[in-house]
Amino acid sequence: MAEILPLPVAVAELVRDGDSVAMEGFTHLIPFAAGHEMLRQGRRDLELIRMTPDLLYDQLIGAGAARRLVFSYGGNPGVGSLHRFRDAIEHDWPHPLEFEEHSHAGMAARYAAGAANLPFGILRGYAGTDLERRTAVERIACPFTGESLAAVPALRPDVAIIHAQEADHHGNVQLWGIPGVQKEAVLAATRSLVTVEQIVEELQPRPGGIVLPGWTIDAVAEAPGGSLPSYALGFTERDNDAYREWDAISRDRDRFRAWLAEHLLTTTEATA
Amino acid sequence: MTAVTGRAGRSRGGHRAATPEELQTVVAARRLGRARSCFIGVGRPSTAAILARMLHNPELVIVYESGTIGARPYRVPLSIGDDALAVSADAVVSVPEMFAYWVQGERIELAFLGAAQIDRYANLNSTVIGDYDAPRTRLPGAGGAPEISAGCHEVAIIVPHGRRTFVEQLDFRTTVGHGDGPGSRKRLGLRGAGPTAVYTELGVLEPDPEHLELTLTQVHPGVDPEQVRAATGWDLLVAEHLRETVPATAEELSALRELVAR
Repeated sequence: MAEILPLPVAVAELVRDGDSVAMEGFTHLIPFAAGHEMLRQGRRDLELIRMTPDLLYDQLIGAGAARRLVFSYGGNPGVGSLHRFRDAIEHDWPHPLEFEEHSHAGMAARYAAGAANLPFGILRGYAGTDLERRTAVERIACPFTGESLAAVPALRPDVAIIHAQEADHHGNVQLWGIPGVQKEAVLAATRSLVTVEQIVEELQPRPGGIVLPGWTIDAVAEAPGGSLPSYALGFTERDNDAYREWDAISRDRDRFRAWLAEHLLTTTEATA
Repeated sequence: MTAVTGRAGRSRGGHRAATPEELQTVVAARRLGRARSCFIGVGRPSTAAILARMLHNPELVIVYESGTIGARPYRVPLSIGDDALAVSADAVVSVPEMFAYWVQGERIELAFLGAAQIDRYANLNSTVIGDYDAPRTRLPGAGGAPEISAGCHEVAIIVPHGRRTFVEQLDFRTTVGHGDGPGSRKRLGLRGAGPTAVYTELGVLEPDPEHLELTLTQVHPGVDPEQVRAATGWDLLVAEHLRETVPATAEELSALRELVAR
Protein backbone atom coordinates (compact mmCIF):
# COMPACT_ATOMS: atom_id res chain seq x y z
CA MET A 1 0.00 0.00 0.00
CA ALA A 2 1.33 3.41 -0.94
CA GLU A 3 2.50 5.59 1.90
CA ILE A 4 1.24 9.16 1.87
CA LEU A 5 4.37 11.23 2.47
CA PRO A 6 5.47 14.84 2.24
CA LEU A 7 7.22 15.31 -1.12
CA PRO A 8 10.75 15.89 0.28
CA VAL A 9 10.50 12.71 2.35
CA ALA A 10 9.16 10.68 -0.58
CA VAL A 11 11.97 11.84 -2.87
CA ALA A 12 14.61 11.23 -0.18
CA GLU A 13 13.34 7.68 0.39
CA LEU A 14 12.78 6.62 -3.22
CA VAL A 15 15.37 8.35 -5.40
CA ARG A 16 19.07 7.61 -4.94
CA ASP A 17 22.14 8.94 -6.67
CA GLY A 18 22.92 6.77 -9.69
CA ASP A 19 19.33 5.57 -10.16
CA SER A 20 17.58 5.23 -13.48
CA VAL A 21 14.55 7.48 -13.15
CA ALA A 22 11.59 7.67 -15.52
CA MET A 23 9.48 10.81 -15.06
CA GLU A 24 6.62 10.58 -17.51
CA GLY A 25 3.72 12.74 -18.61
CA PHE A 26 3.20 13.43 -22.32
CA THR A 27 2.84 17.24 -22.39
CA HIS A 28 0.14 16.79 -19.72
CA LEU A 29 0.87 15.97 -16.02
CA ILE A 30 4.66 16.39 -16.17
CA PRO A 31 5.97 15.90 -12.60
CA PHE A 32 7.84 19.21 -12.22
CA ALA A 33 7.47 19.49 -8.44
CA ALA A 34 9.09 16.11 -7.87
CA GLY A 35 11.91 16.90 -10.31
CA HIS A 36 12.58 20.22 -8.59
CA GLU A 37 12.69 18.43 -5.24
CA MET A 38 15.32 16.07 -6.70
CA LEU A 39 17.32 19.14 -7.69
CA ARG A 40 16.98 20.67 -4.22
CA GLN A 41 18.23 17.45 -2.68
CA GLY A 42 21.16 17.46 -5.08
CA ARG A 43 20.58 14.07 -6.73
CA ARG A 44 23.46 13.20 -9.05
CA ASP A 45 24.61 10.67 -11.61
CA LEU A 46 21.06 9.83 -12.70
CA GLU A 47 20.00 7.96 -15.80
CA LEU A 48 17.02 10.08 -16.85
CA ILE A 49 14.42 8.34 -18.99
CA ARG A 50 11.61 10.23 -20.66
CA MET A 51 10.04 10.25 -24.14
CA THR A 52 10.02 14.05 -24.34
CA PRO A 53 12.65 15.54 -22.00
CA ASP A 54 10.74 18.85 -22.03
CA LEU A 55 11.68 21.73 -19.72
CA LEU A 56 11.95 19.43 -16.70
CA TYR A 57 14.87 17.38 -18.00
CA ASP A 58 16.41 20.49 -19.58
CA GLN A 59 16.59 21.85 -16.01
CA LEU A 60 17.96 18.61 -14.52
CA ILE A 61 20.54 18.26 -17.31
CA GLY A 62 21.63 21.89 -17.00
CA ALA A 63 22.01 21.49 -13.25
CA GLY A 64 24.32 18.53 -13.81
CA ALA A 65 22.04 15.89 -12.24
CA ALA A 66 22.13 13.53 -15.23
CA ARG A 67 24.80 11.04 -16.26
CA ARG A 68 22.75 9.59 -19.10
CA LEU A 69 19.59 10.45 -21.01
CA VAL A 70 17.20 8.05 -22.75
CA PHE A 71 14.64 9.86 -24.91
CA SER A 72 12.79 10.16 -28.21
CA TYR A 73 12.09 13.89 -28.74
CA GLY A 74 14.23 16.57 -27.12
CA GLY A 75 12.47 19.79 -28.14
CA ASN A 76 10.51 22.60 -26.49
CA PRO A 77 7.11 21.81 -28.04
CA GLY A 78 5.94 24.55 -30.39
CA VAL A 79 8.84 26.80 -29.34
CA GLY A 80 12.10 25.26 -30.54
CA SER A 81 15.23 23.87 -28.92
CA LEU A 82 15.92 22.65 -25.40
CA HIS A 83 19.08 24.67 -24.94
CA ARG A 84 20.49 22.93 -21.84
CA PHE A 85 20.01 19.55 -23.57
CA ARG A 86 21.76 20.93 -26.66
CA ASP A 87 24.57 22.51 -24.65
CA ALA A 88 25.21 19.19 -22.90
CA ILE A 89 25.34 17.21 -26.16
CA GLU A 90 27.08 19.85 -28.29
CA HIS A 91 29.54 21.22 -25.70
CA ASP A 92 29.62 18.74 -22.79
CA TRP A 93 28.23 21.42 -20.46
CA PRO A 94 28.11 21.17 -17.46
CA HIS A 95 29.66 17.75 -18.13
CA PRO A 96 29.48 15.10 -20.87
CA LEU A 97 26.06 13.49 -21.18
CA GLU A 98 25.70 9.94 -22.43
CA PHE A 99 22.50 9.42 -24.35
CA GLU A 100 20.42 6.83 -26.11
CA GLU A 101 17.65 7.90 -28.44
CA HIS A 102 14.69 6.10 -29.91
CA SER A 103 11.52 6.90 -31.77
CA HIS A 104 8.32 7.49 -29.80
CA ALA A 105 6.97 4.15 -31.01
CA GLY A 106 10.15 2.44 -29.84
CA MET A 107 10.06 4.06 -26.39
CA ALA A 108 6.37 3.21 -26.01
CA ALA A 109 7.07 -0.41 -26.92
CA ARG A 110 9.97 -0.49 -24.43
CA TYR A 111 7.78 0.76 -21.57
CA ALA A 112 4.96 -1.61 -22.48
CA ALA A 113 7.41 -4.54 -22.51
CA GLY A 114 8.73 -3.48 -19.11
CA ALA A 115 5.21 -3.30 -17.68
CA ALA A 116 4.46 -6.73 -19.15
CA ASN A 117 7.65 -8.20 -17.65
CA LEU A 118 8.88 -9.18 -21.10
CA PRO A 119 12.52 -8.82 -22.15
CA PHE A 120 11.78 -6.80 -25.29
CA GLY A 121 9.08 -5.04 -27.26
CA ILE A 122 8.26 -5.62 -30.93
CA LEU A 123 7.24 -3.11 -33.55
CA ARG A 124 7.42 -2.31 -37.23
CA GLY A 125 9.97 0.39 -36.86
CA TYR A 126 13.43 1.87 -37.40
CA ALA A 127 13.82 0.10 -40.77
CA GLY A 128 16.07 2.03 -43.12
CA THR A 129 16.84 4.82 -40.65
CA ASP A 130 20.25 5.83 -39.29
CA LEU A 131 18.80 5.29 -35.79
CA GLU A 132 19.28 1.57 -36.38
CA ARG A 133 23.06 1.98 -36.21
CA ARG A 134 22.96 4.29 -33.21
CA THR A 135 20.64 2.75 -30.69
CA ALA A 136 19.53 -0.43 -28.95
CA VAL A 137 17.42 -2.07 -31.64
CA GLU A 138 17.78 -5.43 -33.37
CA ARG A 139 15.93 -7.10 -36.23
CA ILE A 140 13.95 -10.21 -35.37
CA ALA A 141 12.04 -12.58 -37.66
CA CYS A 142 8.39 -13.28 -36.87
CA PRO A 143 8.29 -17.04 -36.08
CA PHE A 144 4.92 -17.35 -37.82
CA THR A 145 5.22 -15.24 -40.96
CA GLY A 146 8.95 -14.57 -41.24
CA GLU A 147 8.35 -10.80 -41.38
CA SER A 148 11.36 -8.79 -40.22
CA LEU A 149 10.45 -6.70 -37.17
CA ALA A 150 12.28 -4.42 -34.75
CA ALA A 151 12.99 -5.62 -31.22
CA VAL A 152 13.74 -3.03 -28.52
CA PRO A 153 14.86 -3.86 -24.97
CA ALA A 154 12.33 -3.48 -22.15
CA LEU A 155 12.67 -0.43 -19.93
CA ARG A 156 12.90 -1.32 -16.24
CA PRO A 157 13.66 1.93 -14.41
CA ASP A 158 14.67 1.92 -10.75
CA VAL A 159 12.06 4.58 -10.09
CA ALA A 160 9.06 5.95 -11.95
CA ILE A 161 7.68 9.34 -10.98
CA ILE A 162 4.39 10.67 -12.32
CA HIS A 163 1.85 13.37 -11.44
CA ALA A 164 -1.91 12.70 -11.27
CA GLN A 165 -5.04 14.61 -10.36
CA GLU A 166 -6.17 12.65 -7.30
CA ALA A 167 -5.37 9.97 -4.77
CA ASP A 168 -7.37 8.66 -1.82
CA HIS A 169 -6.02 8.01 1.66
CA HIS A 170 -5.05 4.46 0.70
CA GLY A 171 -2.84 5.79 -2.08
CA ASN A 172 -5.11 4.68 -4.92
CA VAL A 173 -4.43 7.12 -7.75
CA GLN A 174 -6.62 8.37 -10.59
CA LEU A 175 -5.54 10.41 -13.58
CA TRP A 176 -7.53 11.48 -16.62
CA GLY A 177 -7.11 13.47 -19.81
CA ILE A 178 -4.09 12.66 -22.00
CA PRO A 179 -2.75 9.49 -20.33
CA GLY A 180 0.67 9.35 -22.03
CA VAL A 181 2.76 6.41 -20.93
CA GLN A 182 2.50 6.87 -17.15
CA LYS A 183 0.74 3.62 -16.30
CA GLU A 184 3.36 1.64 -18.21
CA ALA A 185 6.21 3.59 -16.56
CA VAL A 186 4.89 2.88 -13.05
CA LEU A 187 4.31 -0.82 -13.76
CA ALA A 188 7.73 -1.18 -15.41
CA ALA A 189 9.63 0.40 -12.52
CA THR A 190 10.97 -1.15 -9.33
CA ARG A 191 9.79 1.77 -7.18
CA SER A 192 7.27 4.51 -7.87
CA LEU A 193 6.20 7.90 -6.61
CA VAL A 194 3.03 9.70 -7.60
CA THR A 195 2.46 13.37 -6.82
CA VAL A 196 -1.17 14.50 -6.90
CA GLU A 197 -3.14 17.71 -7.06
CA GLN A 198 -5.24 16.63 -4.11
CA ILE A 199 -5.96 13.79 -1.72
CA VAL A 200 -9.67 13.02 -1.54
CA GLU A 201 -11.88 10.87 0.67
CA GLU A 202 -13.06 8.74 -2.23
CA LEU A 203 -12.08 8.58 -5.91
CA GLN A 204 -14.99 9.44 -8.23
CA PRO A 205 -14.88 7.53 -11.54
CA ARG A 206 -13.93 9.85 -14.41
CA PRO A 207 -14.49 9.30 -18.17
CA GLY A 208 -11.27 7.82 -19.51
CA GLY A 209 -9.83 7.78 -16.03
CA ILE A 210 -6.88 5.49 -15.30
CA VAL A 211 -6.71 4.06 -11.81
CA LEU A 212 -3.47 2.78 -10.33
CA PRO A 213 -4.25 0.76 -7.20
CA GLY A 214 -2.30 1.89 -4.15
CA TRP A 215 -0.47 -1.41 -3.90
CA THR A 216 1.29 -0.74 -7.24
CA ILE A 217 2.79 2.49 -5.86
CA ASP A 218 5.36 3.11 -3.11
CA ALA A 219 4.56 6.68 -2.19
CA VAL A 220 2.00 9.36 -2.89
CA ALA A 221 2.77 13.00 -2.16
CA GLU A 222 0.36 15.90 -2.36
CA ALA A 223 1.75 18.62 -4.64
CA PRO A 224 -0.94 21.06 -5.81
CA GLY A 225 0.11 22.65 -9.10
CA GLY A 226 2.92 20.08 -9.19
CA SER A 227 2.84 19.70 -12.96
CA LEU A 228 3.12 23.41 -13.80
CA PRO A 229 4.13 24.81 -16.27
CA SER A 230 2.58 21.75 -17.94
CA TYR A 231 -0.92 21.16 -16.66
CA ALA A 232 -3.31 18.85 -14.85
CA LEU A 233 -6.63 18.64 -16.69
CA GLY A 234 -9.39 20.02 -14.47
CA PHE A 235 -6.94 21.70 -12.06
CA THR A 236 -4.37 23.84 -13.83
CA GLU A 237 -3.83 25.27 -17.32
CA ARG A 238 -0.68 24.90 -19.37
CA ASP A 239 1.48 27.98 -18.92
CA ASN A 240 2.42 28.49 -22.55
CA ASP A 241 4.21 31.74 -21.71
CA ALA A 242 6.54 29.88 -19.36
CA TYR A 243 7.44 27.51 -22.20
CA ARG A 244 8.16 30.52 -24.46
CA GLU A 245 10.14 32.32 -21.74
CA TRP A 246 12.24 29.22 -21.07
CA ASP A 247 13.77 29.65 -24.50
CA ALA A 248 15.55 32.85 -23.45
CA ILE A 249 16.35 31.70 -19.90
CA SER A 250 17.88 28.42 -21.04
CA ARG A 251 19.78 29.86 -24.02
CA ASP A 252 22.35 31.49 -21.77
CA ARG A 253 24.36 29.64 -19.09
CA ASP A 254 24.42 32.59 -16.70
CA ARG A 255 20.73 33.25 -17.01
CA PHE A 256 20.08 29.58 -16.44
CA ARG A 257 22.28 29.58 -13.31
CA ALA A 258 20.44 32.62 -12.01
CA TRP A 259 17.13 30.90 -12.67
CA LEU A 260 18.29 27.83 -10.75
CA ALA A 261 19.47 29.92 -7.81
CA GLU A 262 16.28 31.94 -7.74
CA HIS A 263 13.82 29.10 -8.20
CA LEU A 264 15.47 26.29 -6.36
CA LEU A 265 17.33 28.30 -3.70
CA THR A 266 20.04 25.71 -3.08
CA THR A 267 22.29 23.12 -4.73
CA THR A 268 23.52 25.27 -7.58
CA GLU A 269 27.23 25.09 -6.82
CA ALA A 270 27.77 22.05 -9.04
CA THR A 271 26.87 24.08 -12.10
CA ALA A 272 29.65 26.57 -11.53
CA MET B 1 12.44 37.95 -50.87
CA THR B 2 10.27 36.08 -53.32
CA ALA B 3 8.20 37.45 -56.13
CA VAL B 4 5.09 36.56 -54.16
CA THR B 5 5.80 39.15 -51.50
CA GLY B 6 6.73 41.55 -54.28
CA ARG B 7 3.12 41.39 -55.41
CA ALA B 8 1.78 42.19 -51.99
CA GLY B 9 -0.86 44.83 -52.03
CA ARG B 10 -4.54 45.20 -51.35
CA SER B 11 -6.86 43.12 -53.46
CA ARG B 12 -10.35 44.29 -54.30
CA GLY B 13 -11.67 42.45 -51.26
CA GLY B 14 -9.58 44.71 -49.05
CA HIS B 15 -7.18 41.89 -48.10
CA ARG B 16 -3.44 42.11 -48.13
CA ALA B 17 -2.17 39.54 -50.63
CA ALA B 18 -1.07 36.22 -49.14
CA THR B 19 2.47 36.00 -47.81
CA PRO B 20 4.42 32.95 -49.10
CA GLU B 21 3.97 31.26 -45.71
CA GLU B 22 0.21 31.89 -45.74
CA LEU B 23 -0.06 30.44 -49.21
CA GLN B 24 1.90 27.37 -48.09
CA THR B 25 -0.63 26.81 -45.31
CA VAL B 26 -3.60 27.45 -47.61
CA VAL B 27 -2.33 24.94 -50.18
CA ALA B 28 -1.76 22.32 -47.47
CA ALA B 29 -5.28 22.94 -46.15
CA ARG B 30 -6.67 22.34 -49.64
CA ARG B 31 -4.95 18.94 -49.69
CA LEU B 32 -6.63 18.14 -46.37
CA GLY B 33 -9.98 18.92 -47.97
CA ARG B 34 -10.01 15.41 -49.39
CA ALA B 35 -8.57 13.48 -46.44
CA ARG B 36 -10.59 11.48 -43.95
CA SER B 37 -8.03 11.46 -41.16
CA CYS B 38 -4.79 13.28 -40.62
CA PHE B 39 -1.92 12.82 -38.17
CA ILE B 40 -0.29 16.15 -37.40
CA GLY B 41 2.31 17.87 -35.28
CA VAL B 42 2.35 21.42 -34.01
CA GLY B 43 3.01 24.50 -36.10
CA ARG B 44 1.96 24.97 -39.70
CA PRO B 45 0.48 21.46 -40.16
CA SER B 46 -1.77 22.11 -37.19
CA THR B 47 -2.87 25.47 -38.62
CA ALA B 48 -3.52 23.86 -42.01
CA ALA B 49 -5.61 21.07 -40.48
CA ILE B 50 -7.80 23.42 -38.45
CA LEU B 51 -8.19 25.67 -41.50
CA ALA B 52 -9.23 22.63 -43.56
CA ARG B 53 -11.92 21.82 -41.00
CA MET B 54 -13.17 25.42 -41.12
CA LEU B 55 -13.25 25.72 -44.91
CA HIS B 56 -13.26 22.45 -46.77
CA ASN B 57 -13.78 19.42 -44.62
CA PRO B 58 -15.60 19.76 -41.30
CA GLU B 59 -15.50 15.97 -40.86
CA LEU B 60 -11.67 15.77 -41.02
CA VAL B 61 -10.43 13.63 -38.13
CA ILE B 62 -7.39 15.33 -36.63
CA VAL B 63 -5.05 13.04 -34.72
CA TYR B 64 -2.22 14.34 -32.52
CA GLU B 65 0.50 12.01 -31.25
CA SER B 66 -0.36 12.97 -27.68
CA GLY B 67 -3.23 10.50 -28.07
CA THR B 68 -6.12 12.75 -29.07
CA ILE B 69 -8.18 11.29 -31.92
CA GLY B 70 -10.78 13.52 -33.54
CA ALA B 71 -9.65 16.68 -31.74
CA ARG B 72 -11.55 19.88 -32.54
CA PRO B 73 -9.25 22.68 -31.47
CA TYR B 74 -10.64 26.21 -31.74
CA ARG B 75 -7.20 27.84 -31.55
CA VAL B 76 -3.93 26.65 -32.99
CA PRO B 77 -2.40 24.78 -30.05
CA LEU B 78 1.16 25.55 -28.93
CA SER B 79 1.81 21.95 -27.95
CA ILE B 80 0.37 18.69 -29.21
CA GLY B 81 -1.03 17.98 -25.75
CA ASP B 82 -2.92 21.20 -24.94
CA ASP B 83 -6.03 20.65 -22.86
CA ALA B 84 -8.31 21.89 -25.66
CA LEU B 85 -7.29 18.84 -27.69
CA ALA B 86 -8.08 16.30 -24.98
CA VAL B 87 -11.40 17.90 -24.04
CA SER B 88 -12.69 18.10 -27.63
CA ALA B 89 -11.48 14.71 -28.92
CA ASP B 90 -13.62 11.71 -29.84
CA ALA B 91 -11.15 9.44 -28.06
CA VAL B 92 -8.03 9.94 -25.98
CA VAL B 93 -5.60 7.04 -25.93
CA SER B 94 -2.23 6.26 -24.37
CA VAL B 95 1.01 6.70 -26.28
CA PRO B 96 1.62 2.93 -26.63
CA GLU B 97 -1.90 2.52 -27.98
CA MET B 98 -1.53 5.46 -30.38
CA PHE B 99 1.58 4.03 -32.00
CA ALA B 100 0.62 0.34 -31.86
CA TYR B 101 -3.09 0.29 -32.69
CA TRP B 102 -3.58 3.48 -34.68
CA VAL B 103 -0.32 4.29 -36.51
CA GLN B 104 1.11 0.78 -36.90
CA GLY B 105 -2.49 -0.46 -37.29
CA GLU B 106 -2.59 1.62 -40.49
CA ARG B 107 -5.79 3.40 -39.47
CA ILE B 108 -4.67 6.92 -40.35
CA GLU B 109 -4.81 8.14 -43.90
CA LEU B 110 -2.50 11.11 -44.17
CA ALA B 111 0.32 12.40 -42.00
CA PHE B 112 1.97 15.81 -42.11
CA LEU B 113 5.64 15.92 -41.19
CA GLY B 114 8.26 18.64 -41.01
CA ALA B 115 12.06 18.31 -40.89
CA ALA B 116 15.32 20.25 -40.79
CA GLN B 117 16.61 18.53 -43.93
CA ILE B 118 14.98 16.70 -46.84
CA ASP B 119 16.68 14.93 -49.74
CA ARG B 120 15.61 14.13 -53.31
CA TYR B 121 13.79 10.97 -52.20
CA ALA B 122 11.93 12.84 -49.44
CA ASN B 123 13.92 11.18 -46.66
CA LEU B 124 14.00 13.43 -43.60
CA ASN B 125 16.49 14.50 -40.95
CA SER B 126 15.26 15.83 -37.62
CA THR B 127 18.15 14.48 -35.53
CA VAL B 128 21.40 16.34 -36.07
CA ILE B 129 23.22 18.85 -38.28
CA GLY B 130 26.85 17.86 -38.68
CA ASP B 131 28.44 14.72 -37.29
CA TYR B 132 26.33 12.61 -34.91
CA ASP B 133 29.16 12.30 -32.39
CA ALA B 134 30.28 15.92 -32.66
CA PRO B 135 27.16 17.77 -33.77
CA ARG B 136 27.10 21.31 -35.08
CA THR B 137 23.44 21.50 -34.09
CA ARG B 138 21.68 18.87 -32.07
CA LEU B 139 18.03 18.73 -33.15
CA PRO B 140 15.14 17.27 -31.11
CA GLY B 141 15.29 13.81 -32.68
CA ALA B 142 12.85 11.34 -34.17
CA GLY B 143 9.69 11.74 -32.12
CA GLY B 144 6.96 9.84 -33.89
CA ALA B 145 8.15 10.50 -37.45
CA PRO B 146 9.81 7.20 -38.51
CA GLU B 147 6.82 5.03 -37.71
CA ILE B 148 4.30 7.66 -38.81
CA SER B 149 6.00 7.64 -42.21
CA ALA B 150 5.95 3.84 -42.20
CA GLY B 151 2.35 3.29 -41.10
CA CYS B 152 0.18 6.15 -42.36
CA HIS B 153 -1.27 5.60 -45.82
CA GLU B 154 0.37 8.76 -47.21
CA VAL B 155 2.77 11.44 -46.01
CA ALA B 156 2.76 15.14 -46.84
CA ILE B 157 5.71 17.28 -45.87
CA ILE B 158 5.75 20.98 -44.95
CA VAL B 159 9.20 22.60 -44.97
CA PRO B 160 10.71 26.00 -45.71
CA HIS B 161 12.29 26.12 -49.15
CA GLY B 162 16.03 26.80 -49.04
CA ARG B 163 19.38 25.12 -49.59
CA ARG B 164 19.85 24.50 -45.86
CA THR B 165 16.72 22.36 -45.89
CA PHE B 166 16.77 20.84 -49.39
CA VAL B 167 20.12 19.05 -49.34
CA GLU B 168 22.00 16.68 -51.62
CA GLN B 169 22.95 14.47 -48.66
CA LEU B 170 21.19 14.26 -45.27
CA ASP B 171 23.44 14.48 -42.21
CA PHE B 172 21.24 11.80 -40.62
CA ARG B 173 18.36 9.77 -41.98
CA THR B 174 15.77 9.97 -39.22
CA THR B 175 12.75 9.09 -41.32
CA VAL B 176 12.53 7.12 -44.55
CA GLY B 177 10.58 8.72 -47.37
CA HIS B 178 11.35 6.81 -50.55
CA GLY B 179 14.72 5.53 -49.32
CA ASP B 180 17.14 5.01 -52.18
CA GLY B 181 14.40 5.12 -54.82
CA PRO B 182 12.02 2.60 -56.42
CA GLY B 183 11.56 -0.61 -54.42
CA SER B 184 13.16 0.77 -51.24
CA ARG B 185 10.02 1.03 -49.13
CA LYS B 186 8.89 -2.46 -50.06
CA ARG B 187 12.30 -3.95 -49.23
CA LEU B 188 12.24 -2.22 -45.84
CA GLY B 189 8.73 -3.43 -45.06
CA LEU B 190 7.24 0.05 -44.95
CA ARG B 191 3.54 -0.33 -45.62
CA GLY B 192 2.22 3.10 -46.51
CA ALA B 193 2.77 4.83 -49.85
CA GLY B 194 5.25 7.27 -48.29
CA PRO B 195 5.57 10.96 -49.18
CA THR B 196 3.24 12.10 -51.97
CA ALA B 197 3.76 15.88 -51.74
CA VAL B 198 6.09 18.50 -50.30
CA TYR B 199 4.55 21.91 -49.64
CA THR B 200 6.86 24.93 -49.49
CA GLU B 201 6.51 28.72 -49.72
CA LEU B 202 7.52 28.48 -53.38
CA GLY B 203 5.41 25.62 -54.66
CA VAL B 204 4.71 21.90 -54.50
CA LEU B 205 7.09 19.00 -55.17
CA GLU B 206 5.87 15.49 -55.86
CA PRO B 207 7.75 12.23 -56.37
CA ASP B 208 7.99 11.27 -60.03
CA PRO B 209 5.65 8.31 -60.64
CA GLU B 210 8.49 6.27 -62.18
CA HIS B 211 11.76 7.07 -60.45
CA LEU B 212 10.31 8.70 -57.29
CA GLU B 213 12.69 11.65 -57.31
CA LEU B 214 11.03 14.82 -56.01
CA THR B 215 9.96 16.95 -58.95
CA LEU B 216 8.65 20.51 -58.98
CA THR B 217 5.07 20.14 -60.19
CA GLN B 218 3.51 23.41 -59.06
CA VAL B 219 4.72 26.95 -58.40
CA HIS B 220 2.97 29.68 -56.49
CA PRO B 221 1.95 32.79 -58.49
CA GLY B 222 4.95 34.87 -59.49
CA VAL B 223 7.53 32.21 -58.64
CA ASP B 224 9.99 31.30 -61.39
CA PRO B 225 10.98 27.61 -61.50
CA GLU B 226 14.63 28.71 -61.71
CA GLN B 227 14.17 30.43 -58.36
CA VAL B 228 12.96 27.12 -56.88
CA ARG B 229 15.90 25.26 -58.42
CA ALA B 230 18.28 27.82 -56.93
CA ALA B 231 16.73 27.24 -53.50
CA THR B 232 17.24 23.47 -53.78
CA GLY B 233 20.53 21.77 -52.93
CA TRP B 234 20.37 19.24 -55.75
CA ASP B 235 19.64 19.50 -59.47
CA LEU B 236 15.86 19.70 -59.06
CA LEU B 237 13.70 18.26 -61.82
CA VAL B 238 10.85 20.40 -63.12
CA ALA B 239 7.69 18.80 -64.47
CA GLU B 240 6.96 19.25 -68.14
CA HIS B 241 3.47 20.53 -67.37
CA LEU B 242 4.16 22.82 -64.46
CA ARG B 243 0.97 23.99 -62.71
CA GLU B 244 0.47 27.37 -61.10
CA THR B 245 -1.13 27.52 -57.67
CA VAL B 246 -4.59 29.03 -57.61
CA PRO B 247 -4.09 32.17 -55.51
CA ALA B 248 -5.48 32.19 -52.00
CA THR B 249 -9.12 33.30 -52.11
CA ALA B 250 -10.45 36.08 -49.92
CA GLU B 251 -12.36 33.44 -47.95
CA GLU B 252 -9.24 31.32 -47.38
CA LEU B 253 -7.18 34.30 -46.31
CA SER B 254 -9.70 35.80 -43.96
CA ALA B 255 -10.33 32.39 -42.35
CA LEU B 256 -6.59 31.79 -41.92
CA ARG B 257 -5.96 35.23 -40.45
CA GLU B 258 -8.94 34.97 -38.15
CA LEU B 259 -7.71 31.54 -36.97
CA VAL B 260 -4.17 32.75 -36.29
CA ALA B 261 -5.50 35.78 -34.38
CA ARG B 262 -7.69 33.67 -32.04
